[in-house]
Amino acid sequence: MTATGIGAPVRRKEDQRFVTGQGRYVDDFNRPGQAHAYFLRSPHAHATIRSIDTSAAAAMPGVVAIFTGEDLARDKVGGLICGWMIHSKDGSPMKAGPHPALAQGKVRYVGDHVAVVVAETVSQAKDAAEAIVVDYDVLPAVVDGVAAQKAGAPQVHEVAEDNTVFRWHLGDKDATDAAFARAKHVTTIDLVNNRLVPNPIEPRAAIGDYDPGNENLTLYTTSQNPHVARLVLSAFIGIAPEHKLRVIAPDVGGGFGSKIFIYAEETVCVWAARKVGRPVKWTSDRTEAFLSDAHGRDHATHAEMALDENGRILGLRVQTVANLGAYLSTFSSSVPTYLYAPLLSGSYDIPAIYAEVDGVYTNTAPVDAYRGAGRPEATFVIERLAEVAARQIGMDPAKFRRKNYVRSFPHQTPVIMTYDAGDYVTTLDKALEAADYKNFGRRKRESARSGKLRGIGFSSYIEACGIAPSQAVGSLGAGVGLWESAEVRVNPTGSIEVLTGSHSHGQGHETTFAQLVSDRLGVSIDSVSIVHGDTDKVQFGMGTYGSRSGAVGMSAIAKAIDKVIAKGKKVAAHVLEASEGDIEFKDGKFTVAGTDRSAAFGDIALQAYIAHKFSGQDLEPGLKEGAFYDPTNFTFPAGVHICELEIDPDTGIVSIERWTAVDDFGVIINPMIVEGQVHGGIAQGVGQALHEGAFYDASGQLVTASFMDYRMPRAADLPSFVVETTVTPCPSNPLGIKGCGEAGAIAAPAAVINAITDALGHEDIAMPATPQNVWRAAQKTPMRMAAE
Amino acid sequence: MATVSLTVNGKPVSAEVDPRTLLVQFVRETLRLTGTHVGCDTSQCGSCVVHVDGEAVKACTLLAVQCDGTQVTTIEGLAQGGELHPMQAAFREHHGLQCGYCTPGMIMSAIDIVNRKGNALDETTIRAELEGNLCRCTGYHNIVKAVAAGAQAMAQAPLQQAAE
Repeated sequence: MTATGIGAPVRRKEDQRFVTGQGRYVDDFNRPGQAHAYFLRSPHAHATIRSIDTSAAAAMPGVVAIFTGEDLARDKVGGLICGWMIHSKDGSPMKAGPHPALAQGKVRYVGDHVAVVVAETVSQAKDAAEAIVVDYDVLPAVVDGVAAQKAGAPQVHEVAEDNTVFRWHLGDKDATDAAFARAKHVTTIDLVNNRLVPNPIEPRAAIGDYDPGNENLTLYTTSQNPHVARLVLSAFIGIAPEHKLRVIAPDVGGGFGSKIFIYAEETVCVWAARKVGRPVKWTSDRTEAFLSDAHGRDHATHAEMALDENGRILGLRVQTVANLGAYLSTFSSSVPTYLYAPLLSGSYDIPAIYAEVDGVYTNTAPVDAYRGAGRPEATFVIERLAEVAARQIGMDPAKFRRKNYVRSFPHQTPVIMTYDAGDYVTTLDKALEAADYKNFGRRKRESARSGKLRGIGFSSYIEACGIAPSQAVGSLGAGVGLWESAEVRVNPTGSIEVLTGSHSHGQGHETTFAQLVSDRLGVSIDSVSIVHGDTDKVQFGMGTYGSRSGAVGMSAIAKAIDKVIAKGKKVAAHVLEASEGDIEFKDGKFTVAGTDRSAAFGDIALQAYIAHKFSGQDLEPGLKEGAFYDPTNFTFPAGVHICELEIDPDTGIVSIERWTAVDDFGVIINPMIVEGQVHGGIAQGVGQALHEGAFYDASGQLVTASFMDYRMPRAADLPSFVVETTVTPCPSNPLGIKGCGEAGAIAAPAAVINAITDALGHEDIAMPATPQNVWRAAQKTPMRMAAE
Repeated sequence: MATVSLTVNGKPVSAEVDPRTLLVQFVRETLRLTGTHVGCDTSQCGSCVVHVDGEAVKACTLLAVQCDGTQVTTIEGLAQGGELHPMQAAFREHHGLQCGYCTPGMIMSAIDIVNRKGNALDETTIRAELEGNLCRCTGYHNIVKAVAAGAQAMAQAPLQQAAE
């Protein structure tokens, strides 16, 4: 390993600009002549719009224009799309209602977009928005997914009867029923996976800019996948042809899934820029973010696990109602289906699984992918079931998991996935050791002496990352392929630009991707620049989500590097006057095998461009290669997280005392960055378990719409984490990478709740386990337990 | 409109502003110092922390006109002569940032913690003192390490502190 190669904890190249305030986020851009947009949003969860009177507002100071849904319809601007088709078990396609960027006749959630004011300043736009008179006919609303399916519930979209978008299933029902019929023990649980708001600290923002000279539109946007945004805005929404639309996603301040989607605001800004002939800028405030960023999770699940007399799992039966909100966001339909049920097997060898998932409309913000996207929900189901089942049959929860682990690979689950590599037992052993599991009883007794309830909880998660083989996802309904592209441009002086379709919004690609190049080409990491986030520079790309930038994005770079080396060998053969087959490339040098004749990488780059040593008939000049990499399988990171916590039964306050994470991410490029990803994921998972919850009241008002009301994890809520790894290289990509970005968020909620229920001695606690909820639950804990 | 005159990062500035202009808007929009960020509208996230007369304040809680005559330091004013402030260097060295958005506010708050609590900071103190700064990326683990290391480094770089 070199100091800057694969496996080295290289300090991040991007940090110099971030620590000095020189990062460039969308809101830091200002275009000449720019006007500002402000969106008038619905104050009602469900209402018919009788009329909108903008005349008084239009006359207010600074107002440039006011647009409503009628204006978009008149310009034939298409609605927002959902890019994954789900079919119900009866074979019928999902029932998707219209999703206009500005409401047309009806509003369906608080925060729905009614009109946009474009004005000289944000303040003037806000003032004018207050003067718009909207006559609403308020309708009854439904906010709960289960309630939405009941007879007589308000209908969110006419097309979806009982508000049901799809009734989907996966697995073998008969085989699963048979497994339950012969079970010695059945464990049953009912769970709510609480609705979350992603809350990257940078709010979303957009600037539309129109150049009438060449009819080019430019959109600056807070996106995790600018090329997908351009494709959707062009091909489906009809804003402009792809070659006339440039999308720039510069430094982006966190995403966690919420910046994957193509939203109303950027659509309207880029359309309005041409309409008013000026750049139009919009920056979300935090309340708008709470109201209109796609939320995450929100499942209600009934789950059963069948066991034989030895504690082996025979089968799993799961029924889930997934609240999708008022409209289908970009990938919303895939999250509770193909990103969820195929992970229900967890890290266990389960012969039969049957899952049914209903996706339902409600009068709430759209729900889509949030860090982990479906996999945290699946992990919560299987890991809660595993813990409860172990307790019910009186088996140590670690032993229960060990007994049921998948032991040989490849392993075909009954729910689509083929796990390619792993070693769950080694990971568990390492975690038990690091968590000092054998002395937990002593620590529990010590806590009891001071009146505290101590508990320990496991989460032995698995996830499917490296999303994803295009053919496979296509067969499951995806509207796009999920490969990645890369271009490696070697300059005549030997410095290198790598253009990637991946997008960094905190993951440190400028460093890790450069490490790969440094490692493979033997060049200084300082001579490598990573270019991303601009559709005019990078030809195409699928972006960053689903822990795919390493496994898929870097594999594309590796492929392009291989081509650069192959071309370099051709050039070197001419320069060194040897046959191409005799040229070897190692440690940054091209060498004629068995001789001391060699040329450095930089010299060959120069020769490739001056082209003095070969004729144009023999070889094309230049040294630039591109590659598209389509993975052959998902990757399967897995690990064991152990949470140990203490509850004060008098206050309900939970204090996390130890957190042990042992993860198998395959080959690691930069351990410092990987550990950071794990830390952040755990914090979001702990947030879900203990603090966070998006709550609507019965009328559909979001009562948690600010950081005053929605409890984000703060520094004092968390301990320092023990993070270790095991390594089984991933056989499904050339680098052996599995991905690490979502692991913590996937693993953590079950570990926390399993620890709380262990401490309480009963299973009756819901997320978020706030002090109030825990205090109530602690009142049900028998005194005997507390004193034990 | 109102006139406001103050010193920002050592340079005197003067401007006509709408009286309702917040300090953070003045810094970002009038002075185009975009390192100071806005992450919320309820003074919870701390992305906008700057120093006013040497003390950390959330720049979204002050009007620009309230800062007339003050000395303001923003994240852009920390590095001296191309050399990072020890706290900036510590955040980089200890991977105390990912997306970078909360980072300027974190660093400005961290320096203020050191100014108030000294150079030997334990984990409990740092976590409690970071109450007013939200980070969604790091889980705070490496921020805590960075603040502790930065605090110690500041003790060894008194000249740098004096310059601020």
